[in-house]
Amino acid sequence: MSFLDYFKGKKTHTASVAKERLQIIVAHERGQRDQPDYLPKLQQELLEVIRKYVQISDDMIQVEVDRNDSCSVLELNVTLPER
Amino acid sequence: MARIIVVTSGKGGVGKTTTSASISTGLAKRGHKTVVIDFDVGLRNLDLIMNCERRVVYDFVNVIQGEASLNQALIRDKRVDTLYILPASQTREKEALTKDGVEKVINELSDTFDYIVCDSPAGIEHGALMALYYADEAVVVTNPEVSSVRDSDRILGILQSKSRRAEMGQDPVKEHLLLTRYNPQRVEKGEMLSVADVEEILAIPLLGVIPESQVVLNASNQGLPVILEGESDAGQAYDDAVGRLLGEDREHRFMTAQKKGFFSRMFKGG
Repeated sequence: MSFLDYFKGKKTHTASVAKERLQIIVAHERGQRDQPDYLPKLQQELLEVIRKYVQISDDMIQVEVDRNDSCSVLELNVTLPER
Repeated sequence: MARIIVVTSGKGGVGKTTTSASISTGLAKRGHKTVVIDFDVGLRNLDLIMNCERRVVYDFVNVIQGEASLNQALIRDKRVDTLYILPASQTREKEALTKDGVEKVINELSDTFDYIVCDSPAGIEHGALMALYYADEAVVVTNPEVSSVRDSDRILGILQSKSRRAEMGQDPVKEHLLLTRYNPQRVEKGEMLSVADVEEILAIPLLGVIPESQVVLNASNQGLPVILEGESDAGQAYDDAVGRLLGEDREHRFMTAQKKGFFSRMFKGG
């Protein structure tokens, strides 16, 4: 940083912003990468079944597969609307 | 058996072809019989970067489809006699690169070459998948910039799931990070991601850092792989990277800004 920059008073560290944004998006995309191919379709069909009984929107259902060494767990999260 | 190295990135314009030209030239200069293949069907450019665009008669797709032999299509480099170029087709459909066809050509090259360098097209479509499918090692070319880093991470995921090694359950493709267009001055000002930042995000071993340099454009203007500009920082950085690829222990250079004198720091800023 130059001597004169102290007087200009403006200094933005955009690189640290870039790093933070990248860490978030990359972690998110890595999480999705390991998911099986059938998941989006499964999610859609589950949504249709649930909608026969309760009206929920697309973003109120979350389906994930957690894989461990010995077993896989299908995790289903449904948020029901307030009554 | 040849070692197969893919030069890939996901994002376009980060320096894949420049890197392919320099790495293959560097390997060949050390006496290894090397062939560099352009996988960018329809947008071939490796021939221009390596100054053999007027010597292309047959191409990769001609060989796959049996219209020419490998020997007819391979172009011998005029500067380094252990280096050969297999140009991409400029007129065919990308789908002309079939998995079986590419395998046949790579197997035939494997008999006589030590290294096969595959210059991948940008993107994650068919051509890029074909370029990385048979790889033993991958050089992931990345610029210190958000979209390039993200795309590199994406291509790493593809290497880990869609390469032949992944599909066959063999040892994974050996990954290398090559950071190009690096500007230490801007890094020191906090305006550009540092080597450490990119290493932390991508979490793969660093092969080298190529500083942003005017020499690169000057070299490509003339069809000269920049590694042959032995006096230049970029040329030396590529030479170091080739050394490391071969297992040599080379200290990283050109990663810090040149110190400016007292007066220029006082009055010119940064």
